[in-house]
Amino acid sequence: MKINYLYVCERKLWLFDRGIQLEENSEKVLLGKLLSEYSYPSETRREVLIDDLIKIDVMGEEEIREIKYSNSLASANRIQILYYLYYLKMLGIERKGIINYPKMRRMEEVSLTPEAEREVEQAIKRVEEVLSSPRPPEVKRKSYCPKCAYYEFCFG
Amino acid sequence: MTLRPYYIFSSGRIMRRENTIYVENEKGEKKALPIEEVESLHIFGEVEMNTKFLNFLSQHGKPIHFYNYYGFYSGSFVPRSKNISGELLVKQVEYYLDNEKRLYLAKAFVEGATFHMLRNLRNYDGTEEFVRIISEEQAKSFEAKTVPELMGCEGRAREAYYQAFNTITSGRLAMNKREKRPPKDPINALISFGNSVMYSVVLSEIYKTELNPTISYLHEPRERRFSLSLDISEIFKPLIVDPIIFKLINNSMLKEEDFEDELDFCYLTSSGKKKFLKEFEEKLETTIKHRKLKRSVSYRTLIRLECYKLIRHLLQDEFYKPLKAWW
Ligand code: SF4
Repeated sequence: MKINYLYVCERKLWLFDRGIQLEENSEKVLLGKLLSEYSYPSETRREVLIDDLIKIDVMGEEEIREIKYSNSLASANRIQILYYLYYLKMLGIERKGIINYPKMRRMEEVSLTPEAEREVEQAIKRVEEVLSSPRPPEVKRKSYCPKCAYYEFCFG
Repeated sequence: MTLRPYYIFSSGRIMRRENTIYVENEKGEKKALPIEEVESLHIFGEVEMNTKFLNFLSQHGKPIHFYNYYGFYSGSFVPRSKNISGELLVKQVEYYLDNEKRLYLAKAFVEGATFHMLRNLRNYDGTEEFVRIISEEQAKSFEAKTVPELMGCEGRAREAYYQAFNTITSGRLAMNKREKRPPKDPINALISFGNSVMYSVVLSEIYKTELNPTISYLHEPRERRFSLSLDISEIFKPLIVDPIIFKLINNSMLKEEDFEDELDFCYLTSSGKKKFLKEFEEKLETTIKHRKLKRSVSYRTLIRLECYKLIRHLLQDEFYKPLKAWW
């Protein structure tokens, strides 16, 4: 989640980490939750929580799947699943990753190349940097701010 | 779907059946309130309920506020908070303990309050003298060195402000002097009732955020259990409650049967409370265009935005500036 937020907005990452959580109020998130609940009713291993840290939507024999509502934050979705793959690899589990966009009837395959691995490591470092700041990163207005659950918090 | 508060005047029972709240009056008539539409419940009547019902409210995160027979706020049942931020709590306490930091916030609340008092008086002739006193106290409040000193300024400003009420209402329901408890005349009864509901609405909004409602800056945290609600209410009482009082009186919307006198004590009857609440509800849902959000927000949302601003201040994100109605 944190890695994902890093790619969305560093400020959101910081706020979320400090317990300022506004996602509950957001319909988008609810929609996302419903989607992942209903998209794969037949799969038995849904929402696998590993080490209380990463939550994988669907854990298959060969692949892990993440179900996303839209690809407007594609890079954030990609780094999230890469991080999962990276984490699993540390535990000695090798998988490939698939991001499903059921609403758009599309999927995207992701695999953990050495390059991608470096990308994940850099992201982890950046997360630590952001979170070590005593103050939240400044507001920077982005095109998707008005759709963000924190919008009223940041701009109100 | 818009959530809204429900004000319950009837006496009887209130219970849960499936996903619906039922209010049953003394005659056994039932009214259903789907939980999804409830923002909060306000109970003015004498109502029986059980823990199953309270657990249900808690599950859905809905607060319930209680008022006594006279319409005074008597307490709330609020769901166990799911919004907790350790970091923010530490900051809230830090800003209370540090005199300078506390004073900054306390002054901001007084500034918001006096700004809206003056804004109200601006519309009425014959209030110049009161405006002068309030402005003077406002200026002095910026210089205050301690919270009690600041409270003094605020108190004198408020006294002048309430004295202006007779002028504003052309003495229609004249009041002698602002009497906190018990109110002795109709205007005092309206003020007391209005402030009571304002307090609980602010509390409902605070609960939607991670702020801890027991730690406050202008009022002493021991003054009341949820004293942060008192702090924030200061800004909104003259913005929301008082214009309603002027409207109700000046448009002769209140009648004798809306008040009840008991010895030396005046309070609103159910009909009076309902008239007030109708206006209050309308006001809370009134929207204005927010300049920074670039969208319309209701007065109720403005209360929550005020909480967010306070959080931003505590997290050293952005200095808190009280709301000053710009429209
Ligand atoms: S509103 Fe914009 S700045 Fe604020 S958290 Fe969301 S994306 Fe980040």
